[in-house]
Amino acid sequence: MIDPLLLFDVILGLAIVSLAVTVLVVRDRFAMIVLVIVFGLMSALAWVRLAAPDVALAEAAIGTGLTGALLLATWRQVRTEPERWPALPRGVMVINMGLCALVLAGLVGAFLATPLGTPGLGVAVADNLADSGVEHPVTAVLLNFRAYDTLMEVVVLLVAVIAVWMIDRGVSQAPQPTLGPELGDLPRGFARLVLPAITVIGAYLLWVGTSAPGGAFQGGAVLAAVGILLLLTQRYQPQPSHRPLARGVFVLGVAGFAAVALLVAGGGRVPFEYPADHAKTLILLIEGLVTLSIAATLAALFHGREPEAISTQGGRS
Amino acid sequence: MTLALSIIALVLLASILAGLVPVLRGPQPAERMLAAQLLGTAAVAILLILSLLMEMPVLLDVALVFALLAAITLICFVVVTRREDH
Amino acid sequence: MSIELLALVLIAAGAAFFVVGTIGLLRFPDTLCRLHALTKADGLGLGLTCLGVALLVGSVGEMLRILLIWGLVAVSSAVSGHLIAGHVLRSNAPVRGR
Repeated sequence: MIDPLLLFDVILGLAIVSLAVTVLVVRDRFAMIVLVIVFGLMSALAWVRLAAPDVALAEAAIGTGLTGALLLATWRQVRTEPERWPALPRGVMVINMGLCALVLAGLVGAFLATPLGTPGLGVAVADNLADSGVEHPVTAVLLNFRAYDTLMEVVVLLVAVIAVWMIDRGVSQAPQPTLGPELGDLPRGFARLVLPAITVIGAYLLWVGTSAPGGAFQGGAVLAAVGILLLLTQRYQPQPSHRPLARGVFVLGVAGFAAVALLVAGGGRVPFEYPADHAKTLILLIEGLVTLSIAATLAALFHGREPEAISTQGGRS
Repeated sequence: MTLALSIIALVLLASILAGLVPVLRGPQPAERMLAAQLLGTAAVAILLILSLLMEMPVLLDVALVFALLAAITLICFVVVTRREDH
Repeated sequence: MSIELLALVLIAAGAAFFVVGTIGLLRFPDTLCRLHALTKADGLGLGLTCLGVALLVGSVGEMLRILLIWGLVAVSSAVSGHLIAGHVLRSNAPVRGR
């Protein structure tokens, strides 16, 4: 008798690959968006089956929830444009196929070169976990052992929001999606009901990250949903005067992270080498600041423009 | 027990796959969104069962995040599909 | 043992509602009917699953989290159903009896 869970894994894997192919070949933009949301959902399940709940949490929050909201907001901007699909020049297709084949060959090579059945770096992480300041190995890796990479990931988000604010300057004139009277009071009532719950859960995910799956990215993504809900229900309307504050929060994570990393250096320590006594405090401080930045940045990406361009009071002339 | 729960998880996965048909069929955006809602709830149910099978209570947190964000995606959908001529 | 059996029956009944809901989604003639199928699966399917799983978990904390999940899905399912129905009525989608 086949183990039903093995069958579950095989079907799930096949479904994810077929979904990826379907997203590429479907012609309807809206269908693509929904398929990407479902793709995120299935990927989160796959990460769960790989016993990687941290990644599953991030995929559930960012891959499914926030990406869906971002794509829907983008869909509104482009939906009036005709669905043109100009044929790609043959040369571009050949080059793309060549590059994809290279990536595939690299991945296959890496897979074949990896010795099977070895524990990887897990042993090294477990041996040094006591020095990291936190009890959860994933957080120890992200915020301590390879903190430099994580800092760069936060920088990527910062660059993204800067790019969105720059590109949108003067380009987009479409009105901001807002609630209309025909939708009634329901969305606002719903927001009043769930906003406290979302805030608590976001903070919980951040806090629990030191000892269990969770952390800055998961908590920040859930808190970004608070911002998105506030924007959608117009309980918060960005104003030009809020720009300095917004910029400050965007930079907070990178600045705080980098400041801590540099300030701990000296006295025989290199940057990012937290003193063992204060490691947990410092990691929580960094995670707290990064969470705020991630939440604000993702909500701003959803909003999709500098407050100046949308100001409903008067707008830009 | 484990076997029965595994089979139920498998049945739920099959129902998710069947739910992809309305997503692809459309043609109204609301149809596709509706089907996605059902898939999301089914995924929450699968996560609850997997948390028992894999003995990982933390999967409840993943389910919680799914439950939270599903409604926000939907409100987002209703807002972005509003027609301006109202 | 009897609690385990009861939990299993509840979870299986929940899964059955998901299957029926999906069949409804595939077979019903228009969006409003399909919405009807969806909300049944959402409400009863997940409600029964939550109840069954809650009987099997070890700690009160897990039970509370399951209760929270069920509450969130119940609230958001009601809100989604209402909003989609309004959306369908305002759009020009074909609805029986209009």
